[in-house]
Amino acid sequence: MVKVIHTPLTIDVVKSLKCGDEVSINGVIYAARDAAHKLMLELLKRGEELPFDIKNQVIYYVGPCPAKPGMPIGSAGPTTSGRMDAYAPELIKLGLKGMIGKGLRSDAVKQAMKEYGSVYFGAVGGAGALLAQKIVSQEVIAFPHLGPEAVRKLVVKDFPAIVVVDSYGSDLYRTGREKYRSSPQS
Amino acid sequence: MRTVSADRITEAVERLCINANCDLNRDVEEALVKAYGAEKSEIGRNVLKQLIENARLAREKNMAICQDTGMAVVFVELGQDVQVTGGDISEAIIEGVRRGYRKGCLRQSVVADPIERVNTGDNTPAVIHYELVKGDRLKICVAPKGFGSENMSALGMLKPSDGLEGVKRFVIDTVDAAGPNPCPPLLVGVGIGGTMEKAALLAKKALLRPIGEPNPRESLDRLEKELLSEINRLGVGPAGLGGTVTALAVHIEVFPTHIAGLPVAVNISCHAIRHAEAEL
Repeated sequence: MVKVIHTPLTIDVVKSLKCGDEVSINGVIYAARDAAHKLMLELLKRGEELPFDIKNQVIYYVGPCPAKPGMPIGSAGPTTSGRMDAYAPELIKLGLKGMIGKGLRSDAVKQAMKEYGSVYFGAVGGAGALLAQKIVSQEVIAFPHLGPEAVRKLVVKDFPAIVVVDSYGSDLYRTGREKYRSSPQS
Repeated sequence: MRTVSADRITEAVERLCINANCDLNRDVEEALVKAYGAEKSEIGRNVLKQLIENARLAREKNMAICQDTGMAVVFVELGQDVQVTGGDISEAIIEGVRRGYRKGCLRQSVVADPIERVNTGDNTPAVIHYELVKGDRLKICVAPKGFGSENMSALGMLKPSDGLEGVKRFVIDTVDAAGPNPCPPLLVGVGIGGTMEKAALLAKKALLRPIGEPNPRESLDRLEKELLSEINRLGVGPAGLGGTVTALAVHIEVFPTHIAGLPVAVNISCHAIRHAEAEL
């Protein structure tokens, strides 16, 4: 059964989500990837404010294609989350409640998720055309010079994802692989 | 001597960039459908279903299959009896990439300098590989390469004593370490032999062979099947969420090498195995 969730996420919703749950995400989420994360952390270091209030929000690791005429956005699937591992714990500490991406997370990120309550959603990597249909609107809100890497405010409807790492530290990438792994034939 | 104008080259590259990124080759789509039938994990089948739907949607709407429309890798087979007129061939190709990515609403994913990292704004330049061939044909293949999978590729300078077992181990370990990151199910390109850069190029070229077309060398065909079977026992599965289909195929290319060496390169492609070619 698919769990329908709305952003911003409350801690109760975060705690109710378990590794392997299929979810449908609705509401505002923020697009940011490599270069935007680097700049956001530099802002924090200088004591300045982030481009959006991160408390209870969800960041989607994505750099979309340009929109075709009449469409809100181009192809927009997840990028590899591990590249944001260096920046994520600091943002989780500030109240980031969810991340959408694909691929492995570091132990430091998972530890911060457990400590402060945050969830990591996996969207299907490479399903960019399909996922774009779930994005209702986009607005660049910071770092426009970064082009596809600018920070965007996205409104999503029925955005499909799966809970890969929950706030208790369970990781579907590990348990899923173990379940289907078999020893070499030779 | 046959002449081909630089303008024609630009027009062809422009078209090929859009086709490669928006229209998934039928061999890949068929392999995904086959994988859907073979996958044992329900989550895995659900992922494959989304990927098949995604490919059909991208084709119908002429939009990118994946937002990572890659760095454009261009393979050129240039007949030695062909003369390119009206401009420089490399500039003509790069102009085609510039126009194709703009017209196709494809993402600009290239930074001008690997350290300073400022986006070039038009997805140029391209990585171009030329091969001079006999005759008067000019073949251009555009193979956009996304970096989710490029980043998980690897090169090993093995010792001759590592032998076939060492090669197998290196390929399997590379795919295992990559896990969910390169967007499985994968196509695994393997280059064995030559020098360091030759092995890497062989691995990339191995990704161009249509899925389902057997390796012409029987021993390599057997090795490809054996490696595929071992890779699919790793349990990584579609999107890395666990399952029995981690790779769609393994393709191997070999080349003579030095008495002291055994280079092995593994170039991983995500399930969006993209390339389009034209003869001018």
